[in-house]
Amino acid sequence: MMTAEELAKKSIEYRKKILKYIVGANAGHTGGSLSCIDILNVLYNNVLNVNPENFKSPDRDRYIQSKGHCVEALFVTLADKGFFPESDLLTLCKYKSHYIGHPTKKVYGVEQNTGALGHGLPIAAGTALAAKMDKKDYHVFTLLGDGELPEGSNWEAALTASHYKLDNLCAIVDKNTLQITGPTANVCNTDPLDEKFESFGWAVKHVDGHNLQELTNVLTSLPLVAGKPSLIIAHTVKGKGISFMENQVKWHHGVPSPEQYDLALTELDTANNLIH
Amino acid sequence: MGAVTETTTATGKANQDVFSLVLQELAATDRQIIAITSDSRGSGKLVAFGERFPEQIVEIGIAEQNLVGVAAGLASAGKKAFAVSPACFLTARALEQIKNDVAYSDNAVKLVGISAGVSYGALGTTHHSLHDFAVLRAINNITIVAPADNFETEHAVRLAAQMNKPVYLRFGKKPMPLLNPDETEPFQFGKGRVIKAGADIAIIANGETVYPALLAAQQLEAENGISATVISMHTIKPLDTDLLYSVAKSVKAIITVEEHFIYGGLGEACASYLLQKGYTKPFKIMGIPDEYTVTGSQVEILNHYGISQKGIAAEALSLLKK
Repeated sequence: MMTAEELAKKSIEYRKKILKYIVGANAGHTGGSLSCIDILNVLYNNVLNVNPENFKSPDRDRYIQSKGHCVEALFVTLADKGFFPESDLLTLCKYKSHYIGHPTKKVYGVEQNTGALGHGLPIAAGTALAAKMDKKDYHVFTLLGDGELPEGSNWEAALTASHYKLDNLCAIVDKNTLQITGPTANVCNTDPLDEKFESFGWAVKHVDGHNLQELTNVLTSLPLVAGKPSLIIAHTVKGKGISFMENQVKWHHGVPSPEQYDLALTELDTANNLIH
Repeated sequence: MGAVTETTTATGKANQDVFSLVLQELAATDRQIIAITSDSRGSGKLVAFGERFPEQIVEIGIAEQNLVGVAAGLASAGKKAFAVSPACFLTARALEQIKNDVAYSDNAVKLVGISAGVSYGALGTTHHSLHDFAVLRAINNITIVAPADNFETEHAVRLAAQMNKPVYLRFGKKPMPLLNPDETEPFQFGKGRVIKAGADIAIIANGETVYPALLAAQQLEAENGISATVISMHTIKPLDTDLLYSVAKSVKAIITVEEHFIYGGLGEACASYLLQKGYTKPFKIMGIPDEYTVTGSQVEILNHYGISQKGIAAEALSLLKK
């Protein structure tokens, strides 16, 4: 289990790598990867029982990234955990590379091919249901963007998860409140999200999606309520960690210029020096 | 082979009834067999399955996208997941889940489209699946099978259960006779069955249309002295191109027959292959034309569009200019 300080340094390292490989590919979902990276950091370093050695084990925990477009956050985390050499990411989005703009199982460590939105939760529910049938105690996590919540399949799966009392299932919403068109609340308001999921039979908790200790505490204390699936609403900032990217829609899939990249690294170095 | 007549129809079961019986037999000894339904256990003939194996059936409710997504999750965790829903909803409402969660993610879900084609007759276009071959053929990594009779159905279900890859099985609800009671050839996906051999014309069909194709062939032989090959091309993808090519070389003309729109199905699959192989003999695709489908029972609709003993025989005579 990593300490909050170790996690904080790891998040800085991951943010640098996300930017590095997005710049290298000249493509990527920068803002969303930066908003969800703290969640991935905590999941892979402090929560999930999954690693390169047990990845084929039927007893491993599963992480399914429904918001597949933020694949850079996932790839950087998986590389750090040893699923593949980090240098593979130099091929991100390049001709014939398996490291494409969305998760695929061609990359070791990826559970499901995602990218179309609204797919993670039904698959996660089915996987959690299989665990219940087999009396296995693994947990299934899925990460959704708040922008993908209008997809009806999410709500279909939300019903199934509570109907079958899938308390081994945890859905995390990376609620960065922005999507490509603008504020999520203006595009299709899904608030109050907690009340909606609670009315669907879920247990719900709000967390600061950048508070590594709070994330660790919550994600290691699941289920929130026995017999109910858990929804963690992680309040995040799109573009988190880079001042000029934070809360800016244009960084949804913006790629930093060389000057912006240097500036971002400087900011991250400064933040790293402040950890203690 | 034994003579097949219209009167033998009643001796067979509906293919989807056979599906249910075989699935029950498999489930009795294999707890990994799971049926997933969308309020469709009645139409899927799975009521008895649910009573016998309550822990091996998952009811989703009327939510086909979720049906397929959940089935993908179950399959990824080692379940032999049979997602059963009317073909019309399964392959349209849940098409993106089939494409991504099943085929692209390579989760070995067995998609079972019941009451396929125009089985629902007068319930109309919402309940018809005349697009399923076309849309699924354009998706990588899925085997597409429309068994003709109870023999093919039984073997298809057994093979699907063993297969660790995505597969789509398409069943109707009309009782079907055994087309070749003396069958000795093993059933395999991707290997068409020659139900009857003949030299003049080949009639290539699948699903419930193989039966009228066979009756048409018998009529042509008895009344016109025309010898027809009848093939059950149960697997539309991967297509048995070896059989197709060898038959195409030996006959003077080819007719394809399917309970599907004429676009994108068996006929176009055969035509595409043969054209690229240089085949230039007369060729006719029989199916449902691109129009507002006529109202009626399944038989009335099929008769209306010539997918019948009489209609197929007439088309053969026309094609051979007899």
